[in-house]
Amino acid sequence: MIADFGYGVLVVTFLLALFSVGTAVYGARTKSYLPERGRSQSGRWAESARRAMLLTFPLVTLASLALIYLLVTGQYGYQYVYSVTSNSMPMYLKITALWGGQAGSLLFWSWLMSAFASAVMLRKWERDREFLPWVIVVLSLTLAFFLALTIFFENPFASWWQTASGEVAAMFRPAGALPLTPSDGMGLNPLLRHPGMIIHPPMLYLGFVSFVIPYAFAIAALITGRSDDRWIRITRRWTLVAWLFLSMGLVLGARWAYDVLGWGGYWGWDPVEISAFMPWLTGTAFLHSVMIQEKRGMLKQWNMLLVILTYDLVIFGTFLTRSGVLSSVHAFAQSAIGPLFFAFIGLTLVSSVSLLVYRWNDLKAEVEMKSMLSREALFLLNNLLFMGVLIVCFWGVIFPLISELVTNQKVTVGPPFYERAAAPLFGALMLLMGIAPLSAWGHSTLKTLGRAVWKPALAAALVVVAVFAAGIHNAVALIGFGLVALVIFVTLYEFWRGGMARHRTTGENFFTALWHLAGRNRRRYGGYLIHISMVLMAIGILGMQVFQTETQGAIPQGSSLALAGYMVKFDSVAQFDSAGGRNVTRAVVSVYKGDQYLGDLYPRRDYFYESGQPMTIPGVRSTLADDLYVILVDWQPISAIGATFKVYHNPLVNWLWIGSLVFIFGTLVAAWPEKIRET
Amino acid sequence: MKPFTASRITYYVSRFTFYVFLLLLIFAAAKTALAQQPTPSDDDVNAIARQLYCPVCENTPLDVCPTQACAQWRDLIRQMLAEGKSADEIEQYFVENYGARVLSEPPRTGLNWLVYILPPVAFLAGAYILYRAFRSWRALDKQAAAQEGSAPPLPADEYVARLEEELRKRK
Repeated sequence: MIADFGYGVLVVTFLLALFSVGTAVYGARTKSYLPERGRSQSGRWAESARRAMLLTFPLVTLASLALIYLLVTGQYGYQYVYSVTSNSMPMYLKITALWGGQAGSLLFWSWLMSAFASAVMLRKWERDREFLPWVIVVLSLTLAFFLALTIFFENPFASWWQTASGEVAAMFRPAGALPLTPSDGMGLNPLLRHPGMIIHPPMLYLGFVSFVIPYAFAIAALITGRSDDRWIRITRRWTLVAWLFLSMGLVLGARWAYDVLGWGGYWGWDPVEISAFMPWLTGTAFLHSVMIQEKRGMLKQWNMLLVILTYDLVIFGTFLTRSGVLSSVHAFAQSAIGPLFFAFIGLTLVSSVSLLVYRWNDLKAEVEMKSMLSREALFLLNNLLFMGVLIVCFWGVIFPLISELVTNQKVTVGPPFYERAAAPLFGALMLLMGIAPLSAWGHSTLKTLGRAVWKPALAAALVVVAVFAAGIHNAVALIGFGLVALVIFVTLYEFWRGGMARHRTTGENFFTALWHLAGRNRRRYGGYLIHISMVLMAIGILGMQVFQTETQGAIPQGSSLALAGYMVKFDSVAQFDSAGGRNVTRAVVSVYKGDQYLGDLYPRRDYFYESGQPMTIPGVRSTLADDLYVILVDWQPISAIGATFKVYHNPLVNWLWIGSLVFIFGTLVAAWPEKIRET
Repeated sequence: MKPFTASRITYYVSRFTFYVFLLLLIFAAAKTALAQQPTPSDDDVNAIARQLYCPVCENTPLDVCPTQACAQWRDLIRQMLAEGKSADEIEQYFVENYGARVLSEPPRTGLNWLVYILPPVAFLAGAYILYRAFRSWRALDKQAAAQEGSAPPLPADEYVARLEEELRKRK
């Protein structure tokens, strides 16, 4: 009953989205968006499309609530409910199981998409009426695509039927079938029962869907032929918010991997991770290059291309993770949604790029590049580097598929490939982060740039010398820490310079001056905070990449393993049943540094009865200097061997998480609405 | 000079055979002695497993893969180490039995070269396009400057720039 209702609502929403595409196109052709025609007969078309779009959010909300109701009440007669929930799961996990499986997460995608689409419809459109119909067309088509996937292929409301030939899942009763209601479900994959996994997908999806908005405005600008930077100004904050969500999604995913996957790291260059990282790369390049268009009226075509790429990488990322193409190219061909995704990406990419080519000459720059050291030139270099990382990532993900298709040989493209290629590019990006803020828009020469940069560069060189003297002779670490220092000094220097300038002219004390300055240039100083957060994260990454050590050993009770000056002593191990249908094996180890006792850790291995899956939860002692990360690998309770532990020493990794907090703060500063609204 | 009699030849051959046999015995003994070094530690095993990928799971390094199958593969590595096999030999064994996907990177043969060549080529092409664009922009700029005499100086102050930008928009 509830399921039929939910499904029906989805079908209505799908039709409504198609309706709004049709009316919007008709409205645009009859120019009914213009204010003077607003009240006329034809003027109602665009408004009608807008209202239809507004309605999609409450409708998809109803459908999602219907599914949540089924999940929470444990109606295992429905295939989706059966596959992601079970009686033993707590309430909050039953709710979040909405995005715990394929069909549900596609519906969740549509839900968030409709929320953003409706929110955009509520903005003031007076100054940009001509964009409205085309923005609606793009948003509605994207929404309709995802709704169609849900309705026709990955239906979360399909129920189980017992037929003569076995059990099938279908929306409608097959001939001669009887409904089937299992008494318990499979339960959510235990790895996903973690707070990080509960908020990580929504963040990522929010980032994904909100990047659709700048794309919609870009396409609207292309179609209407409005070549100024209006679309960029409208979408600036949307883009920042999208970027914030996507970044947080990535960081939360990393944190989840670190806490739950039990391999001592946070990022494994897995195709699923990379598929979320790729839109981040183009999005970040876009955030930088729009500034050139705003300040100098240049790079209009390039910005269009970047936003188109970001949109299609978002869809591509969803396609990679949802179509099963990663486990095998042939799985892609078998899955119903794979070819559809492929067609959708191809269609949007080709039509967007054709549109861009058609408008190419209208998007000519208003001024030309003057100096290779100007701010805009360095921004371009930044874009080139981001594109470089993107190519490495894209090719690394795609190549195994090509190899399987062409030679039928499966290959792995793993971390060594990505690290070798991306490390120098990231290093160069950090160097740019250090230099670019000091270069001027328009004209900048080696002399002016040198004059600005030599002081922070000297300070950074001193840091390198100090690090070397402290006994760290690894070249990567020295270069890395030098770059980190350069960026921090340059950014602080910029804060100081700005604050002092205002202090001199207004007479305010330095901190008040800095506060007011940052308040008036939120975007600039928020951006600087983001730069600092990036290099703080770089400290953590360097620590892990260069200095991580590990050891593993089977030790009897009372013995210990030694690593990086620490002693991990095995005290005891116990096995017991715990809530949520799991059997817990929990070891107690005590950690010493030299003779000093630092505390106990409890590495454990949970075994889930329902799914038969284990979950490794490390015991972690975390400080600003390093993490000691202990995993219980194996145990023989009665024998003399005792238990096997794997111990990782992860220097500086905490700075990765600290950096991500600074990052959120910086982005909020940059995105916070100014008092005098520009839009 | 003693003639080489048949018995003498037999004597030399048998002595030679004896020494060869002795040598072989010593070698064999040495090899067993070497092979009977203490069983490889978990760290020795992981050092090799880290370079390999689980043949059944997607993109999971063998040293951290929690499945039972992988535990057995790690035991296999330990056994092979104990037999005195080198890291390369073990890697070779895994490739022969489970295919190139157990390696962390595609082997550098045939089509696989593409994975290594394409990104740098694409990057250099991008850099070259950017360089050419710079060149043409500067040429245009010089032309314009020559025609107008001198270009108007750009505002140095950021506030002025911001102000002008806003004025430009209000037009």
